[in-house]
Amino acid sequence: MQRTVFKSRWLPYALVVPQVAVTVVFFFWPALKSLQLSLYRVSPFGDKSTFVGLENFRKLVTDPDYYASVLSSFVFAGGVTVLAVLGALVLAGLATQKIRGLAVYRTLLLWPYGIAPAVAGIIFLFIFHPAYGILPYFLSFVTAYDFNWLLKGWVAMTLVIVATAWTHLGYNIAFYIAGLLAIPTSVMEAADVDGAGPIRRFVAIVFPLVSPITFYLVVLNMVFAFFESFGVIDAVTKGGPGQATEIMVYKLYKDGFIGLNLGSSGAQSVILMAMVIGLTVLQFRFAEKKVTYR
Amino acid sequence: MPQTRTYWWSAGTALLLVAAMLLAPAPAFAKTEIHFWHALSGQLGESVNELAKQFNESQSEYEVKPLRKGTYPETLTAAIAAYRQRQAPHIVQVFEVGTQTMMLSGAVLPVYQLMKEQEIAVDWKDFIAPVVGYYSKDGNLYSMPFNSSTPIFYYNQDAFRKAGLDPNKPPQTWKQVEEYSKKLISSGTTKCGFSTAWPSWIQLENMHALHDQPFATKRNGFDGLDAQLLINREFGVKHLGQLAAWQKENIFSYGGRRGDGDPKFLSGDCGMYMHSSALIGGFTKGAKFKWGTAQLPHYGAPYKKATSIIGGATLWVMKGKPAAENRGTARFLKFVSDTNQQMWWHVTTGYLAISNSAVKNLEAAQHFKRNPDQFTAFAQLTKGTATPNSQGLRLGNFVQIRDVIEAEMENIFAGKKSAKQGLDDAVAKSNDLLKEFAAANKQ
Repeated sequence: MQRTVFKSRWLPYALVVPQVAVTVVFFFWPALKSLQLSLYRVSPFGDKSTFVGLENFRKLVTDPDYYASVLSSFVFAGGVTVLAVLGALVLAGLATQKIRGLAVYRTLLLWPYGIAPAVAGIIFLFIFHPAYGILPYFLSFVTAYDFNWLLKGWVAMTLVIVATAWTHLGYNIAFYIAGLLAIPTSVMEAADVDGAGPIRRFVAIVFPLVSPITFYLVVLNMVFAFFESFGVIDAVTKGGPGQATEIMVYKLYKDGFIGLNLGSSGAQSVILMAMVIGLTVLQFRFAEKKVTYR
Repeated sequence: MPQTRTYWWSAGTALLLVAAMLLAPAPAFAKTEIHFWHALSGQLGESVNELAKQFNESQSEYEVKPLRKGTYPETLTAAIAAYRQRQAPHIVQVFEVGTQTMMLSGAVLPVYQLMKEQEIAVDWKDFIAPVVGYYSKDGNLYSMPFNSSTPIFYYNQDAFRKAGLDPNKPPQTWKQVEEYSKKLISSGTTKCGFSTAWPSWIQLENMHALHDQPFATKRNGFDGLDAQLLINREFGVKHLGQLAAWQKENIFSYGGRRGDGDPKFLSGDCGMYMHSSALIGGFTKGAKFKWGTAQLPHYGAPYKKATSIIGGATLWVMKGKPAAENRGTARFLKFVSDTNQQMWWHVTTGYLAISNSAVKNLEAAQHFKRNPDQFTAFAQLTKGTATPNSQGLRLGNFVQIRDVIEAEMENIFAGKKSAKQGLDDAVAKSNDLLKEFAAANKQ
């Protein structure tokens, strides 16, 4: 075979080296380290470490708190994904209408994505805090129900889901706007002529045509909610009340970096990694079949 | 390609220059740097910088460089990571719950040993007992007490007056706390009676000490790693059960962990509050009403009254530094513990002065007459009976244990679990953590 693209033999390899190096240093190396760590019992300063086999895993799978944490991770990730993806689709649908000041709306819709999760958490704290938040103050005029999420688990969970979904909304909206604008007007007009109403048009045409985007966003939001939702939770609830919002990645951080139990933390990260890989594979296996690529 | 060659040549020169600058020997007049990592922010952080400045100006050989590394847990994690890469600071500030971890780490040079090696005389007997006890092993001090405090009782005097209570008579017993709360609420003065900061530290750790009840076996852990918690006994269950019952009537209003409940007191929602004595300064600035302090409430007979225990942090010296640098560390720690410095530190920050001579001098200077609130903590710590139950806690994995306890306290206050059930669960989980710690440290 003739080398048409690269004259040099080593250049193509040299060009992929940075990418490979970054992956090895920032992904494979830490992943292997966690795997190794998960099999040891390590003292905080790392001076004493003993091989304990699968002991760290055994402890986790026999700990009801860990199951509670897994469950709340799914509730959290599911909630965030549904809210962020559906919300984005609706808002993107509205932001592709022919209205005055469209550019302003679109810019505003994308803004939340530019806010760091920890900052978003603080903003929500100021709005919702039972003691100094503005919303509970107004709610107290409307209802006698006490939305004190310092004690009520489900309120706390709802709050971190909404806050996290909000930070990710802008990203999803950008994708949907692009997707919706790519739908040929002729198709929509044809449906219109055939007498399809807005809902019918959405279900029969728009939704299938943006399904690749929806699929991509669901996978991405899921992974994001599992792995990178740390900032909001740390700023708002710190995993409380009780363990109501202690999702897996937060428990991992707490046990490892505050509790200094590195072995258990390593085991938790291995389980989390396996779970997210599994979830992604499942999604590609089953959900992707329902996706229409043009 | 002459242009390219020029470019490479100049780039090479620049690199050489940078390398030369980096490799140049340090100037001969440089002072020995002592790195000091801490976790104090805001006004307190400023005070740390001021303290270092005072030391640096007091002599010419050493320069202490304070650096804030985040919260207490973050500072500890950073120091551990640095130690593992042989880049540890000379001094690191560690909170009281990390004491057992530090003592058994094998990474520290105990302060008493450092001072002995450097032949610097320190009058250890002059340090106040509850502080020294918490950080000593076999009678030797392992870390230098730095910022110590103890929880005290704060109450809104304006609200007391409005509700028809005597603003100069704070409650002394829990029964009075209940009574006064009801008066505050029924008169429409406040929405809730009282709240608390640091739920585990104040309502369990200190309440057990104050009522002379053991928190854990093995003399609260001082006598061995195989200690087990005792907070699910009569006293713990009674107190948390009481708080949970009061939560329903708004006599008690839970405000969150750490100091998250502060707004409840500062906004005037709750008339009484329990928090660290180190908050006196903060409340002086933050509260828009007149307030006073008192010792923590007590249940009375049949419980005895002992002293409360301390919280805060101490300065640990990391092992493995050259003797010349250790000398600077030792001199700085000696400076920190000096009587005058202690007086300055107490007046500036509100943390306790740790030597008896400093307290005496402050008394002589009429400081407590002018600032009676500053005396509340000293009175509570020194005027009660010191018993084995009130000398402090020495538990491994204590950070996690506190977290477990506070999570269960939230379950109890929310009515999700009974006090007995919640505390039983907290004890079971904590005992596992203690076992884990013992196993990790017995190799």
